Amino acid sequence: MTAIAARAAPPRASRVRHLTERTRAERRLAYLLVAPALIVMLAVTAYPIIDTMTLSLQRADLRFPDANTWVGLDNYKAVLTAHVWWADVLHTTIITVIAVGIQFVLGMLLALAMHRTLVARGLLRSIGLVPYGIVAVVAAYSWNLAWSLGNGGWIPHVLGLTSDPLSSTFGSYVAIIITEIWKNTPFMALLLLAGLALVPDELHEAAKVDGASAWQRFYRITLPLMKPAILVALLFRTLDEFRIFDVIYIFNQGALGTESISMLNYSTLLDRLNLGLGSAVSVLLFLLVSLIAFVFIKGFGAAAAPGGAR
Amino acid sequence: MSVGAATSQAGVSRRARTRRSGFKSEHAKQTTGWSAALVVVIVCSLVPVFWILMLSLKTPGSVTDGSFIPHHWTLSNYSAIFKAGVFTDALRNSIGIGLIATALAVVLASSAAYAIARLDFPGKTAILAVSLAVAMFPQISLVGPLYNLWRQIGLYDTWPGLIIPYMTFALPLSIYVLSAFFREIPWELEQAAQVDGATPFQAFRKVIAPLAMPGIVTTFIIVFIICWNDFVFAISLTSTTNAQTVPAAIAQFPGVSQFQVPYGDIAAAAVVVTVPVMLLVLLFQRRIVAGLTAGAVKG
Repeated sequence: MTAIAARAAPPRASRVRHLTERTRAERRLAYLLVAPALIVMLAVTAYPIIDTMTLSLQRADLRFPDANTWVGLDNYKAVLTAHVWWADVLHTTIITVIAVGIQFVLGMLLALAMHRTLVARGLLRSIGLVPYGIVAVVAAYSWNLAWSLGNGGWIPHVLGLTSDPLSSTFGSYVAIIITEIWKNTPFMALLLLAGLALVPDELHEAAKVDGASAWQRFYRITLPLMKPAILVALLFRTLDEFRIFDVIYIFNQGALGTESISMLNYSTLLDRLNLGLGSAVSVLLFLLVSLIAFVFIKGFGAAAAPGGAR
Repeated sequence: MSVGAATSQAGVSRRARTRRSGFKSEHAKQTTGWSAALVVVIVCSLVPVFWILMLSLKTPGSVTDGSFIPHHWTLSNYSAIFKAGVFTDALRNSIGIGLIATALAVVLASSAAYAIARLDFPGKTAILAVSLAVAMFPQISLVGPLYNLWRQIGLYDTWPGLIIPYMTFALPLSIYVLSAFFREIPWELEQAAQVDGATPFQAFRKVIAPLAMPGIVTTFIIVFIICWNDFVFAISLTSTTNAQTVPAAIAQFPGVSQFQVPYGDIAAAAVVVTVPVMLLVLLFQRRIVAGLTAGAVKG
């Protein structure tokens, strides 16, 4: 009773101090709650990042662990003058652009279907999500065997091909890109679905009354209003696609001119055990990924703050 | 309002309105169109899954015979992989590592997300920026140094050796998804609890945590799928059945000879690892959609 009375009519000065104390306690609690996650993220990424940068300036080979010497930017010079690096940048870019482009179109269609469909909505969402849940390695094997003529795949059968598509560069690219599209379109659709939900129905109804066609309504109302969601979806998928590794690993380990930057990075580090060169590739890959993110965020104004909805 | 909730509510109201407006013929045409779309989606999504399922049911000699449906049905591939130790060990590793990494990530992310969603403190943006940077980081770039470090300190080819990177890379998404969920919780209840004399921590544990369970479960599922699917770390940081997870084990299944890949075994193992995730996705489809979309869009 006395406590309530005291709280109801505190002197002015003490109320100010009370608020500050509260704020301070709140901040203390906040830092306490955030610290573990932040420390883990920084500790697990910071050490390897620093290590990578240091190693990229050394001649370092795991087979001769005690023979590291500083070589300045020699590793970068070696990577950037190597044909294989630029070829792999090209391969990765081709796969990324085509796969993300098609994922965007199909993902948009899937999102529209998930958003609007009048029939079996739950079923559509469940089945549409199946590729998302499949282990990437499994998806890669399924499509690899489906394309392989030698292993009795169904696709060459259906298309009436007489030579194995996986023995040609073009066929391998088609197969790898289709696998990526199949696996990742659902995630693209989910990101776009979130944006679709933000488009008010009233605008569509009004435009309909004004005689706008379905395409006009989509192009003039839905797309512009969805721009933030579209940019975030494209950013996420582009960054992920640019790091493509597992599907190529399963298909042909980068043979036939399908080697991606991540594949090169892996083979330099773990097959050839050349930590110096491999680390230089890592740093360059990281710079490329940062560049892509920068272009999306600054150039196109992608509000890449998922969950930052305030 | 959470985007996920908005999605489903908008959907319901639109359906109701379409029915009420009663453009019968247009409605029928639309229904046909969407049914066709549904069939296309189902076929495209499921054909590769059926294909690998059918492969797993073929006899080892006829795996590559080119027919979609097996001529002779058999479960011998399944009994083979469960008899050989490699796959069962990998399954045990996948489940154990996945569950532990997910649990740790969700616990750490829950407390961080609570602070981000609920408390006012300087540096919030910095934390979200760090998370985003970690999420965008090319994981392959960490593999070299981690491989090196893990070998030095004895974590190479152990459970913690995979749990640590999995937990780290699951944190950003967990923080985003959870803070999106946490913003939807009726916080008046927390204040009410505090007025009744609960400390902030008690209010968190006794009032908010139960309300937050759906979001936490959803995050758990999403994160578990990510850990379950990982290949980059699994193939680089393990070498034996000690810690090798299923994706890495499948990719390195020993064949009868160097030139014969054991596709029947691979297909059977693929089906076994796919089933639990498929069940999760089918059962929690609505939650996963809500979770991933809520975490993804700046409203």
